[in-house]
Amino acid sequence: MSQESTANLRLEVFYKKHDPRANAMVSRLEKLGYSTGSVHLADNYLINAPLDDESSLKISEMLVNPVIQDVFINRCYVPEKFSYAVEVGFLPGVTDNISHTVRESVEDLLKTELDHEKSVFCTISYFFEDIDRDAACKIAAELYNPLIQRVKILSKDEFLQNKGFGYSIPVVKISDRMTADIIDLNIPEDELISMGKDGIPDSDGTRRGPLALDLLSMETIKDYYDNVEKRKPTDIEIESIAQTWSEHCKHTIFASAIDDDIPEGIYKTFIREATRKIRKDKGAADFCVSVFTDNAGGIRFDDNYIVSDKVETHNSPSALDPFGGAITGIVGVNRDEIGFGMGAKPIANRYGYCFADPEDEKPLYKNKTEDSKLLSPRRIMEGVVQGVNAGGNTSGIPTPQGFIFFDKRYKGKPLVFVGTIGLIPNEVNGQPSVQKKAMAGDYVVMVGGRVGRDGIHGATFSSEALTSGSPATAVQIGDPITQKKFSDAIVKEARDRNLYNSITDNGAGGLSCSVAEMAKESGGFVVDLEKVPLKYPGLAPWQIWISESQERMTLSVSKDKIDEFISLMKKRGVEATVIGEFNDTTRAVVKYNGKEIFNLDMDFLHDGLPKRTLYTSDINSNNPEYLYDEPSDHGKVLSDMLARLNLCSFEFITSQYDYEVQANSAVKPLQGKGRVNGNVSVIKPVLNSPRGVVLSQGLYPTYSDLDTYWMAACAIDTAIRNAISAGASLDHLAILDNFCWCDSNNPERLGQLKKSGQACYDFAVAYGTPFISGKDSMFNDFKGYDENFKEVEISIPPTLLISSIGVVEDVLKCQTMDFKFGGDLIYIVGETSRELGGSEYSLYRGEADGIEGFVGENVPQVDSVINKKIYTAVERAIKSGLVSSSTSIERGGLAVALAKSSISGGLGVRIDLKDVAVSGTLRDDELLYSESQGRLVLTVAPDKKTDFEKAFSGVSISMIGNVSEDEAFVVKGQKGSTIIVSEVRSLNESYRKTLGKY
Amino acid sequence: MSTSKPKVLVLTGFGINCDEETAYAFQICGGDPYIIHINDLIENRSIISQFQILMFPGGFSYGDDTGSGKAFANRIKNNLMDEISSFIERDTLVLGICNGFQVLTNLGIVPDLGNRFEGKAEVALEHNNTFRYQCRWVDLNVNPDSPSVFTKGIEKLHIPIAHGEGNFFTEADVLQRIEEMNLVAMRYAGKDGKPAEGKFPDNPNGSLNDIASICSPNGRIMGMMPHPERGMFFTQRDDWTYLLEKYKRTGQEVPEYSDGIKIFQNAINYFK
Repeated sequence: MSQESTANLRLEVFYKKHDPRANAMVSRLEKLGYSTGSVHLADNYLINAPLDDESSLKISEMLVNPVIQDVFINRCYVPEKFSYAVEVGFLPGVTDNISHTVRESVEDLLKTELDHEKSVFCTISYFFEDIDRDAACKIAAELYNPLIQRVKILSKDEFLQNKGFGYSIPVVKISDRMTADIIDLNIPEDELISMGKDGIPDSDGTRRGPLALDLLSMETIKDYYDNVEKRKPTDIEIESIAQTWSEHCKHTIFASAIDDDIPEGIYKTFIREATRKIRKDKGAADFCVSVFTDNAGGIRFDDNYIVSDKVETHNSPSALDPFGGAITGIVGVNRDEIGFGMGAKPIANRYGYCFADPEDEKPLYKNKTEDSKLLSPRRIMEGVVQGVNAGGNTSGIPTPQGFIFFDKRYKGKPLVFVGTIGLIPNEVNGQPSVQKKAMAGDYVVMVGGRVGRDGIHGATFSSEALTSGSPATAVQIGDPITQKKFSDAIVKEARDRNLYNSITDNGAGGLSCSVAEMAKESGGFVVDLEKVPLKYPGLAPWQIWISESQERMTLSVSKDKIDEFISLMKKRGVEATVIGEFNDTTRAVVKYNGKEIFNLDMDFLHDGLPKRTLYTSDINSNNPEYLYDEPSDHGKVLSDMLARLNLCSFEFITSQYDYEVQANSAVKPLQGKGRVNGNVSVIKPVLNSPRGVVLSQGLYPTYSDLDTYWMAACAIDTAIRNAISAGASLDHLAILDNFCWCDSNNPERLGQLKKSGQACYDFAVAYGTPFISGKDSMFNDFKGYDENFKEVEISIPPTLLISSIGVVEDVLKCQTMDFKFGGDLIYIVGETSRELGGSEYSLYRGEADGIEGFVGENVPQVDSVINKKIYTAVERAIKSGLVSSSTSIERGGLAVALAKSSISGGLGVRIDLKDVAVSGTLRDDELLYSESQGRLVLTVAPDKKTDFEKAFSGVSISMIGNVSEDEAFVVKGQKGSTIIVSEVRSLNESYRKTLGKY
Repeated sequence: MSTSKPKVLVLTGFGINCDEETAYAFQICGGDPYIIHINDLIENRSIISQFQILMFPGGFSYGDDTGSGKAFANRIKNNLMDEISSFIERDTLVLGICNGFQVLTNLGIVPDLGNRFEGKAEVALEHNNTFRYQCRWVDLNVNPDSPSVFTKGIEKLHIPIAHGEGNFFTEADVLQRIEEMNLVAMRYAGKDGKPAEGKFPDNPNGSLNDIASICSPNGRIMGMMPHPERGMFFTQRDDWTYLLEKYKRTGQEVPEYSDGIKIFQNAINYFK
């Protein structure tokens, strides 16, 4: 197949005077330790289309702002001073959003249509002064990611000789066979195993990428073809089964029987059963509307609306391409809301990142070669933060709620949690909005982006550990504007015009999963694969079928609505294509150019996955024992603690995420005049309703080192307590689970999983907070080499994120953490025990004293009976207006909670530790930093003291001091001597210094 | 004088995302807003003559690709220039917020010093000096001498900004004329009302002369980077829990609305 690979027009846009991006680049390079002179940039547009001079000129005018920029047509921009030039562009087939926009503008200008994938390309060139080739190469490595981009590096002489960077463009050239192959499964066992592990062999012997099917699954498939279909399978059938049965789609570990006592598996026994019991117990007060079955979980908002919530992870892709992985993650979970019920409007995003220390520059390698170096924790952090920025901001969805957590064990694989909250009317066109059904005879319609090779083997890939074989095609880049266009067209128009019967998103597994899943509603389907619009020719049928190209929905549209639907989409600039038909034949059928290449029993496809039993064993934890002394300088400890990665300000993330769009922000992610990251936020999603949605979360990965039961219990308690602290009610509060585990074939890890599952059941039921949605990612392990090319294995600590979502009747009754007035009384609610196991303070002491792996003893435990009373009392007190500030005590304990409320309000405290209600005996440092659950800090105006204390009868509260009129932060120890004398200003400095430079 | 509600055309499409809340702002102030996709307007361009207010809401039109507001302005230049020209010749109002302001500047509707409307930009909203998207609350001083219809009777505003490209820049001679003609409608200021003098974070983007908003010489067209629709209710404010406590202790009434609403009230009142 021959294709042009040079453009006929090259436009170079540059700044006439100073370029703000250049200034930013200079300071970024300085931070990284490179000293360059001046930096210049040019945006280059390569256009491959027949154009006359006048059209070229018009296009060039369209691309500049004449006040600040100029453009050269077919002439290269040469800054006065530079020694090296670097050009970065995309590799063939990588989503390039800017090029899409330019193509659309050119088409609109010339009123003509251009080829979608071959006509417009963009690059950026950078010109650096005063550097040598070595530095140029190192800087270039900072500027691009070899998985998605290409780079050219030229010295000034080379650049001038070449007359710039030239006209070559990254056109995709593929010459795959575009047919379906017959696969023989009657092969020796070891070959069957390697096919399951590494993929179907191509004719040249290379493997297509992991199917992630074990021998038992492969044999089940073989038996099915031998005995039921009585023929050999095609490649597309095997690939499709692998997608549908993948850990990612079927949650095989959560579905399997565990030991002899959990025959129904963890999900059904602990998660689903907890929700069932809670809903039954609540009876008429049950607020769940749709749980577990749809793309998200939904609860009642008011008489007119439902709010839905979904939290996903996008770990493996973010490890490879942090920006692409994260933007694809956030835009992907938005689509879970668009595909919830008949289509919910995304109204807020959540995020949560688990990284290694960004200052850790020691490299890791996937294999024993220099070029297999993993991106550094800093690059991963910066890329992920930027990816969610681009995805959330561009989509017009506020991103208020988030957290960051650091542990060196996330160095091999970071965790990237992304979530979206949706809003949908109770009823759409007179029918319950959460009910949808693809009808036999409906068309299968694909809406949104086109299909390329992006993300092939994404679903099966995330079921495997990250190793050197991890496929590069797993990388995708999101295109939020394409999605925004169809999101608006579907949720704001087509839905309410009743133009479709069912909808779901294309995520993992692409069409193979979305069509097959939706076809369960009707009972079968036929798809004509050649009708699927492609980004470029040359895809094999199996690739079209399982491609994870982003920004696509699958809809079921009845024949009498199809013209209206397609024409509406067209008017909104959205591509919509009929690719097949739903039916009730019980068969899943795919044709390619008329030839049947896929014909499976629907039941086998969905339920043929062999059942298995997993066995657990107790884990042998060998945490080092160490007894540390009480510190002599409590003031220094407090400032050290505030500067720790897990407690410090991450305002640099918060303030680059638009949390105000849609005008729904009520309790902001940065609270008080001191702008402290709160652990809870509240949105008011319906413009003419006072109701609010409270969002928070809890997670304690380091507690897993001691006991995963209490780790899970504390995560749940914290997610609930944080929500309560802002004004939420246990009567209208739901939770979501995201398990990110490691090495999940290991009985010890499964043992930890089982214990955490038991805790999920126990505490969800105890608090009456149902699970409404969940997701798991079970293999977050890295196998590779360290900086000396010695083999290393790094597994993340078992991490359970519990997210909470609650509804409040009136946001005006919500409360924030900032101390508001000097003289207000400070109360601690709940008792403090000596619980420092896995705490931030224990980690700090272990690190300070050089005790490797020290986590402390006594993991915090949860007494749900006592805590439930506390939360009910706090809820009432806040609602009655008795409380002037409120915060939940979580990681870092009492001292950190007090310091943050002080910074937030700009007011100090006078605290007497002897007044803190304790259980047992604690040293002052233990009292300050214990992470006992069930505790909050509330402040109260002096004249409300009596009413406040009355509201807490039967609950442990203690008045421990008052808010200062000034900035002095003073704490007296239990023996009466003053142990901390500080100021809000200096606490604030400590709080901000660690991540402040990002 | 008209007793009927002024009709407001709120544009949407291609990544505009503040259309609903902006329409709502006009609605509670007594306007009659219609959210209309730009493709529908292009297909049915004559409807623009039925409107009194044309609203370019905030958002991320075309993902800010090639520069914020540029591609959306091109869509208008390629299809709707005559209609927009005759719209602004009538006694109408045009407001652009954030991305809408970026579109207006790329179109050359503001400041349009020569009152010719040729579709040529005179000012630029560049990348923030921090080279990072900034979402934060700002304090604004309103220029009492500007002809802007939208800021009449307003002294100060406390409302948020959220943008990556809001750094107002223009050549010295244009800036001088803008200042001489009093076309600056709002400037970034400190909490105490003193000029921000270019300093971050009071001036969140590095804008020349702390400029947050400019208007046309006749005052009927205004572009602003801050978002009044995100600061129109009391509970949208970043300091409302503090103010609430303060009002409770001093026996003051708790307001329902906040500063931003006045911009929309002024627009509606213009037609009363």
